[in-house]
Amino acid sequence: MTDTAIADRIQFTFTVMFHYLFPILTMGLAPLIVVLKTLHLTRGEPRYAAAARFWTKIFALNFAVGVITGIPMEFQFGTNWAQFSAFAGGVIGQTLGLEGVFSFFLESTFLGILLFGEGRVSPRAHWLSAVLVAVGAWLSGLFITATNAWMQHPVGYRIAADGTVQLASLGALLGNPFLWWQYAHVINGAVLSAAVVTASVGAYYLLAGRHVEFGRLSVALGVGVGVVFSLTQLFPTGDMNSRNVTAYQPVKLAAMEGLFATRYGAPIAIIGMPSTTEHRLLDPVFVPDALSFLAYGNLRAEVKGLNDYPQTEWPLVQITYYAYHIMVGLGTILIAALLLGVALWSRGALFTSRWFLWVLMLLLPFPYIANEAGWVVTEVGRQPWLIYGLLRTAAGVSPTVEAGETIFTVLGFAGMYALLGVLAVFLAVLLVLRGPDEQTAPSEAAR
Amino acid sequence: MATFWFIILVVLVVAYAILDGFDLGVGALHLAVARADAERRTALNAIGPVWDANEVWLLGFGVGAFLAFPRAFAVGFSGFYLPLMIVLWLLMGRGIALEFRHHISDPLWQGAWDVIFSGSSLLLALFYGVAVGNVVTGVPIGANGYFQGLFGWILNPYALVMGLFSVALLMLHGAYYLCLKADGPVYERASRAAEPLWAAVLALGIVLTAVTFALRPELLGNYRTHPIWLLAPLAAAWCVIVMRRAHRRRRHSAAFLGSSGFMAALLAATAIGAYPYLLRSQPFPERSLTVANAAASSSGLVTAAFWLLPGVLLILLYQVVVYRVFAGKVRINAGAHY
Ligand code: HDD
Ligand code: HEM
Ligand code: HEM
Repeated sequence: MTDTAIADRIQFTFTVMFHYLFPILTMGLAPLIVVLKTLHLTRGEPRYAAAARFWTKIFALNFAVGVITGIPMEFQFGTNWAQFSAFAGGVIGQTLGLEGVFSFFLESTFLGILLFGEGRVSPRAHWLSAVLVAVGAWLSGLFITATNAWMQHPVGYRIAADGTVQLASLGALLGNPFLWWQYAHVINGAVLSAAVVTASVGAYYLLAGRHVEFGRLSVALGVGVGVVFSLTQLFPTGDMNSRNVTAYQPVKLAAMEGLFATRYGAPIAIIGMPSTTEHRLLDPVFVPDALSFLAYGNLRAEVKGLNDYPQTEWPLVQITYYAYHIMVGLGTILIAALLLGVALWSRGALFTSRWFLWVLMLLLPFPYIANEAGWVVTEVGRQPWLIYGLLRTAAGVSPTVEAGETIFTVLGFAGMYALLGVLAVFLAVLLVLRGPDEQTAPSEAAR
Repeated sequence: MATFWFIILVVLVVAYAILDGFDLGVGALHLAVARADAERRTALNAIGPVWDANEVWLLGFGVGAFLAFPRAFAVGFSGFYLPLMIVLWLLMGRGIALEFRHHISDPLWQGAWDVIFSGSSLLLALFYGVAVGNVVTGVPIGANGYFQGLFGWILNPYALVMGLFSVALLMLHGAYYLCLKADGPVYERASRAAEPLWAAVLALGIVLTAVTFALRPELLGNYRTHPIWLLAPLAAAWCVIVMRRAHRRRRHSAAFLGSSGFMAALLAATAIGAYPYLLRSQPFPERSLTVANAAASSSGLVTAAFWLLPGVLLILLYQVVVYRVFAGKVRINAGAHY
């Protein structure tokens, strides 16, 4: 791989992983805000309105950084991946265009009303703008996942005379068998993450003995929603993603599992270190037959190992393997912690057992790490292909942009994002420390 | 179909110029017309609910180009690598400043973000003009179809003058917007600033028009064969007069519509002159990218037109809603987010 391609990959990886930190909360928190606003409308209790207002402030901060880090992603297709764009623009231009037209406008316009409109529009209209923001965020996730799913498993295209790919069927593009379970898993992961964040912030208030009522509401909402979504993260969505990978990208599956030799009744390694020089897992702990079962629903099924494929077709095995194990491991931890929360809740001890509130509070980073690790599995596992089976990553870069230029801009992004990240976290902490402030309700008379 | 998409792209640029144009203009004027904190907040809340949606038109344009003319998108974006990255960073700084400023009420914190917001708005206005200037003068496309040795070209004097024109125009447009939305000292200062800005727009506009046709007589080709299109530049000239008269009579909506119409007519006139070229190659015209040789397949373009039209109707609906909700002068109350 050329220096240029390496520099472009570093830049894309860095910027997209940074960007993704923010859509997680946008997509996950938006429906929770809708729940709170609905409770306020139907029950009329001001504490729901105060909670909705608090989370909307966090949402706004997070959204702003999400928008700002999203724009570079769109630009990079043209600036750094020009050959990829010239090759595939006829197809993925569609899904990216759909995202712009049907979700970004919806999200950004109604967020304006959500943030600036309280007191100018009726409570119902304000509720509706929260709903529309949520719809916009979910559609954004859908269309971008459709773009990604097409790169994982291209469908609905034909090769034109000039060698580029062109759209054959939009229906096929949106009906991509890879897409819907991937999308379900992505959205599910976002809601799970937002639920954990909610519970974690609530736990902080309970531990600190401030805003206790709001803290209980947040812990209850977070644990209640989180426990459901942590389970569906594993089954069916995570499980169906594994099956899709098995069906369409068997090399990735083998790398995820660190499976070198093809086996009937393949095991799952709980731990172990894959060695690409010795072509085996070092110090493994296996669950026998489990991989065959998960991938094919049959304990004796044959699962192909990496050794059956030429090494030029392998992704970076270690990264794929570790990222996958981190995701699944953290998923398991989240399930365990949230189930424990429900058990405590049923005994009336959820809001009072301080040790568990500490656990909840410290869970905060885990869903973020799991999400990022999941993308690393998906994207690194797809290598050396940029578009699976159609275009190699190294063949997608811009011919005129030198490695040096990209390194320069990578440094620029690194500096900016470091500052941005620190400031965003700082301001979020500040919002939490200030707490939900019941006094700021704009007077109805102002209308 | 490719021509239809060329028109769509022009419409997207026009929408972007008019809509994000006023909030960039407000940004560029920010430090000058709004001094005390309450004044600054007036200016910020005047654009607060809409600036993000306005910026989406830029994405719409980028993605539209990606979808309809993938090759032109790839060649243009990779060719203008560093300038585009700078534009990107300016857009980022601007958005951050808008959201971060109001979290801490400390004069140093707010002052810093005000300077970033205003400076990046001003530089963006400059860069957009420079970009248009470069597209008009032509770009160096090499034998492999991509750019070759660009840097000397970007900051040529013609493009710089275009940049200044763009700054003056967007500031004028922003001043008209502030006259609509603000009262008190912000209104007074914006209203006063409009006079010299209008003169600058007029002067630079005349110079640029003359120089453009001297440098690139081929841009007149379409007007020679189809004189009817001369309506576009004439409309632009008419708008220049209308906006000043309206402003003098304090009919601020009319003035704002006038500057909007001026931008629309001017961009349309440029596009008519350029058609069918997307990126005109200099010095090898045969390597130019045109509407025909850069387009995606027509089946894709037809499909996209089918979803685009309902999509655009929805967008117009949202925008009508949001501008109606926030019609009238800005009031800073507890509901103001910034
Ligand atoms: C809260 C975050 C989170 C958690 C706890 C999990 N995942 Fe996940 N996973 C994601 C968040 C995520 C993700 C970020 O949303 C990914 C990245 C790309 C994608 O489609 O979803 C993903 C991808 C992803 C893939 C790769 C799909 C591909 O390569 O295209 C598989 C096979 C799984 N997941 C399976 C699981 C299993 C079996 C889990 C067990 C609990 C699990 N995930 C937990
Ligand atoms: C529509 C959505 C996406 C598209 C079109 C896309 C496309 C790409 C492209 C062009 C590359 C560069 C080539 C390469 O190095 O493999 C890449 C790599 C990568 N992307 Fe994605 N990506 C998308 C979503 C994401 C998201 C949301 C993440 C995670 C936050 C992500 C994580 C990565 C990673 C980690 C790599 C590096 C792989 C490597 O260098 O080996 N991607 N992707
Ligand atoms: C290469 C990949 C990606 C590109 C090109 C991209 C592009 C963008 C752009 C341009 C914006 C700003 C929109 C605005 O101005 O309102 C944005 C925001 C957003 N993106 Fe991404 N994005 C990518 C990956 C993802 C992924 C994988 C997801 C989710 C699954 C996602 C979800 C969102 C959401 C929900 C927003 C709304 C703003 C926010 O979250 O703060 N994006 N994206």
